[in-house]
Amino acid sequence: MKLIQKLFDGIKPNFQKGAKWEKFHTLYEGHRTIVFAPDLVTKSKGAQIKDATDLKRVMITVVIAMIPALLFGILNIGHQHFIATGETGTFLDKAIFGAMSVLPILIVSYAVGLATEFTFCVIRNHPISEGYLVTGMLIALVMPPYIPLWQVALATIFAVVIGKEVFGGTGMNILNVAMTARAFLYFAYPAQISGDLVWTSLADKPAVDGFSGATALAVAYNSSIDGTPVVDALSKHNAAMGADYSFMSMFMGWIPGSIGETSTLMALIGAVILVATGVASWKIIVGGFGGAYAMGLVMNAFAGNGLDVNQFMAMPAHYHLVMGGLAFGVVFMATDPVSAAQTELGKWIYGILIGVFTVIIRVTNPAYPEGIMLAVLFMNVVAPLIDHYVVKANKKRRLQRATV
Amino acid sequence: MSIIVKLKKGFDLNLAGKAPLELLQVASSSTFALKPADFPGIQRPKVLVNEGDTVKAGTPLLLDKAMDQVLYASPVSGEVVEIKRGEKRKLLEIKILADKKITHEKGTPIDLSQNRESIVAQLAASGTWPHIIQRPYGIVANPTDVPKAIFISAFDTHPLAAEVNFLLQGEERYFQAGIDALAKLTTGKVHLNVDGSKAVPELFSSIKQVQLNQFSGPHPAGNVGVQIHHLDPINKGEIAWTVSPFGVAQIGKYVIEGIYDASKMVALTGSELNQRGYVKTYTGAQVTPFLKDNTQAAHIRVISGNVLTGENVGAEGYLGFYHSQLTVIPEGEYEEFLGWLKPSASKLSFHKAIGMFSFLNRGEFKVDTNTHGEERPFVVSGVFEKVLPMDILPTYLFKAIITEDFDEMEELGLYEVIEEDVALCEFVDPSKNELQQLVRQGIELLMYS
Repeated sequence: MKLIQKLFDGIKPNFQKGAKWEKFHTLYEGHRTIVFAPDLVTKSKGAQIKDATDLKRVMITVVIAMIPALLFGILNIGHQHFIATGETGTFLDKAIFGAMSVLPILIVSYAVGLATEFTFCVIRNHPISEGYLVTGMLIALVMPPYIPLWQVALATIFAVVIGKEVFGGTGMNILNVAMTARAFLYFAYPAQISGDLVWTSLADKPAVDGFSGATALAVAYNSSIDGTPVVDALSKHNAAMGADYSFMSMFMGWIPGSIGETSTLMALIGAVILVATGVASWKIIVGGFGGAYAMGLVMNAFAGNGLDVNQFMAMPAHYHLVMGGLAFGVVFMATDPVSAAQTELGKWIYGILIGVFTVIIRVTNPAYPEGIMLAVLFMNVVAPLIDHYVVKANKKRRLQRATV
Repeated sequence: MSIIVKLKKGFDLNLAGKAPLELLQVASSSTFALKPADFPGIQRPKVLVNEGDTVKAGTPLLLDKAMDQVLYASPVSGEVVEIKRGEKRKLLEIKILADKKITHEKGTPIDLSQNRESIVAQLAASGTWPHIIQRPYGIVANPTDVPKAIFISAFDTHPLAAEVNFLLQGEERYFQAGIDALAKLTTGKVHLNVDGSKAVPELFSSIKQVQLNQFSGPHPAGNVGVQIHHLDPINKGEIAWTVSPFGVAQIGKYVIEGIYDASKMVALTGSELNQRGYVKTYTGAQVTPFLKDNTQAAHIRVISGNVLTGENVGAEGYLGFYHSQLTVIPEGEYEEFLGWLKPSASKLSFHKAIGMFSFLNRGEFKVDTNTHGEERPFVVSGVFEKVLPMDILPTYLFKAIITEDFDEMEELGLYEVIEEDVALCEFVDPSKNELQQLVRQGIELLMYS
């Protein structure tokens, strides 16, 4: 400990006022405070003691909550590879294959994102904020396993600069930064992030006969065209390879998809960590799942009355909760406190509408098979408006009090 | 009709260093000080004495030219040894070297059957008036105003706070006289708010001319601002007054005896004091004698008041006018290896983020002045709301002050809070912002615009 402290003390003069690297003092402070919690004390007036929790601890809590999803994602990518190629692989083979696909994406996301962040901190002379700890992980987890690394880098830079820094940095952004990265790729390079071919790493091997790389949402959507009920289509999918889309396999997450989003179970484990530690709002999470389920029921009701436009509307509502990225998005993306609604009532409305819009986009929109990304981004934009009305109601209560 | 309010939001800080209810025999302080900074509303202070003058307890030392009926009096008799000024000749302290035996300026007891104006005029000049605080703004009340009600919180939920009943021992008669005088000053009620979680002490249950309300719940249930919010909230244009229980007794003593008696009990608290308890002294006492041969660590912080709202006065400093508590805790000038990540159940935290197990620890916490992190923009939402038991949206209020949006500040409830009400918000904030100072800035914007 003393040694590291001395090491820091040794290079400190270079970053002091007037020294040659003065401009980079924020980087020095940033790194020192990661190794050592700073020796700052409270001011002479006001609170003389402070809570032992800081933003670093809050952020690392979110990162830890995502680790089950990350580990499962690594394993599942290997698993999907061996299904698609028809080979057999042990647990270790799958884990190694998955790690080889995922780690480069994770490293690029962190390296490029932090470099961008540091650049802005130095230019603006801001302290380095912890927000990117979470964002870096999120960006990696919502990428398809086969994504070119330069696209990850480009999307990261776009998201950090346009999604966050132009608004003033951490705490000031309007949109969820990781969702911004994904949306950027979705619209700029759709070939690498949509369709049937990008969700499974074949690693240049031929796919086994009859294999289809379509995601569950794509299967559900396509079933509308040929008129088979969605649940049948899902259960027939890749059934020859023993990899059908049953409710259980979708809940567990043994299906193709973006790296971290396939497993509803892992997202729920993350949700338990986030809610138990009080870091994420349980209102948003419950609202998100509840909204999606309720909207699924509404769709079912339409379908039952002959008002259905496609088979997707008749799919049992609980299937929506385990398909696609809904669970991951609701638990990790929607709960980002900066871009979410910030009033308590607002959080309910915000969460419920995310669920509702996700299902509407999934079922009725022919262009976008997954709705959670656009639903979260849309609700990020709308969140301040929701809060505005909640705050206005609070002000109104205060005004009415005066007259009675 | 009394009102019972049960509050849920808030947070009790269970700190090490509580003062047992016993009187300590400590050498008395020899110097005392009046500090204009203790009265946030003072605009143009004018010193009425010179260095070298002899004064009695109750001799006016200071007035505010913006409100010159109110006199700020000397707590003790003795010699004015120093009038300390800081940058730009800002008045910091008027120091009095106390006589061995305190003599009092003789005023006339107040006949409460007189009309309101003459009672007000006598109280304003008595030296006891600064105990009457105006809400909104938390400043010394203006004698020309008539408040809609007067509120007294008869218990203190701040960490390690002095036991109010103990402070008022033997002052029952004066307390009632103080209430009688205050009842003359308002057109509304005098609210006496007691701790609803305990049996009401005899002292308060027998008091007449008040509405006795009960409040229970974690801190800040004892904050008078929180109580006002639930009893009779302050709207734009309205004025209420608040008085501390000690202030009420002091006013009562002037009413009965015609003297400004600044003698008070002070609780000596905090983990770094060897001997804790209560001492008898006067308002504005120098803290040095209380610390002599009585502290543990070398590097300590000496706080006049409590750890949430107090002020670092240093080992040579003076107690604040409104403070009946001295807290001594260790300074926290240390770096901690991976301090933001290390699991701990002994570090006090409102949060339950990874590794913070203090919520499982029912014992006492020893705290120091380390900030446990650097200042950051607001990121986490919904935390302040959990420790402020009012129908106020603190995050939006703070943002309105930062952006200096006057309409928003008014509409979001800045008339209802002062520093102490947001002190818990400041404590729990993981982004470590200085919210009490921010609220005072906002109040000053509203006051002087």
